[in-house]
Amino acid sequence: MINGKKVLIIVPAWNEADSIADVVTEVHGELPGVDILVVDDGSSDDTALRAASAGAIVARLPFNLGVGGAMRTGYRYARDHGYDVAIQVDADGQHDPRYIPKLVDALDEHDLVIGARFAGEGGYRVTGPRKWAMRMLSAVLSRLARTKLTDTTSGHRACNRKLIEFLAHWYPAEYLGDTIEVLVRVARSGYRITQIPVAMRPRMAGTPSASPMKSTIYLGRAGIVLLLALIRT
Amino acid sequence: MKLTIVTGLTALAVLAFMVELLRRRQLQEKYAILWLAVSIVILPMAFFPFITDDLAEAIGIASGVSLVLFLGIVFLLLVTVHLSWEVSRLEEETRTLAEDLALLRSELGNPRDSSAVPAPTTEVPDDQR
Repeated sequence: MINGKKVLIIVPAWNEADSIADVVTEVHGELPGVDILVVDDGSSDDTALRAASAGAIVARLPFNLGVGGAMRTGYRYARDHGYDVAIQVDADGQHDPRYIPKLVDALDEHDLVIGARFAGEGGYRVTGPRKWAMRMLSAVLSRLARTKLTDTTSGHRACNRKLIEFLAHWYPAEYLGDTIEVLVRVARSGYRITQIPVAMRPRMAGTPSASPMKSTIYLGRAGIVLLLALIRT
Repeated sequence: MKLTIVTGLTALAVLAFMVELLRRRQLQEKYAILWLAVSIVILPMAFFPFITDDLAEAIGIASGVSLVLFLGIVFLLLVTVHLSWEVSRLEEETRTLAEDLALLRSELGNPRDSSAVPAPTTEVPDDQR
């Protein structure tokens, strides 16, 4: 419970055995009253086991569906168990749970709250094609949402009951669909979106992809996904 | 004459193949009927390759063979698009089933050691297929 709201933290995890227990323990320590659902996205390591030992509820997918599939599983769980708020937290430990109450508070006025990296807090920087991709996405999505969104691909999001029901029913499983397409459709359906500045930490385990080749491919795919999302009904 | 033999024999072989697949229940009825119909339409054209010439001329195509090629390509394109559509639908269905399974597992409590459940990509030995 945060301010009388029943809160579920959804953690999509794919082969994150090295960091998952720490993430669960940290969130529990910071926010004792919330439930944590770890959606094990077909991991081949013991992510599910470690998450359960750390005290999380675990939903284990039989094979890898990608973040979108894991997140819809989470929203369906939240819908079926009557949660008022669902918050996505990454399994690699880059989201600081101390910002979660801020996100929950912002839900009083909005349906979707994005924890954004470039909005002043922390020192997250990107360059090259990845930066252009993020600029393009922010420009288009800010227009659609009628509010300034600086970090549209952030995986740190909170949504209220109304949106939980919407996303439990529809959540794309395709690459980048979980961030871009969701925002396009949610904004177009008239939900109120806002962002809260958060500081993100370096990942506890694993390395972020940053080669120029990969960034360029990312730019292209982001553009295509955005175009598709804009013409889809 | 040689051409007629080649195309005619091919059409007969294709028809026989379709019937055999159908007989062994390897094709769902909707596909079976589709391909059976295609084979039957192709058969007369294979034995008499020039019967489409008149129709081709009427719509401004130089020869009947070109007309058949054109229609064949359009038809195959539509079939592949249809198959992509079917695969998308099936993927959506498997995804929903996978999610249902995960949700059911979450109700059952503690997950077992994941090593107890082999990954779906594990190779099945030939004698167990």
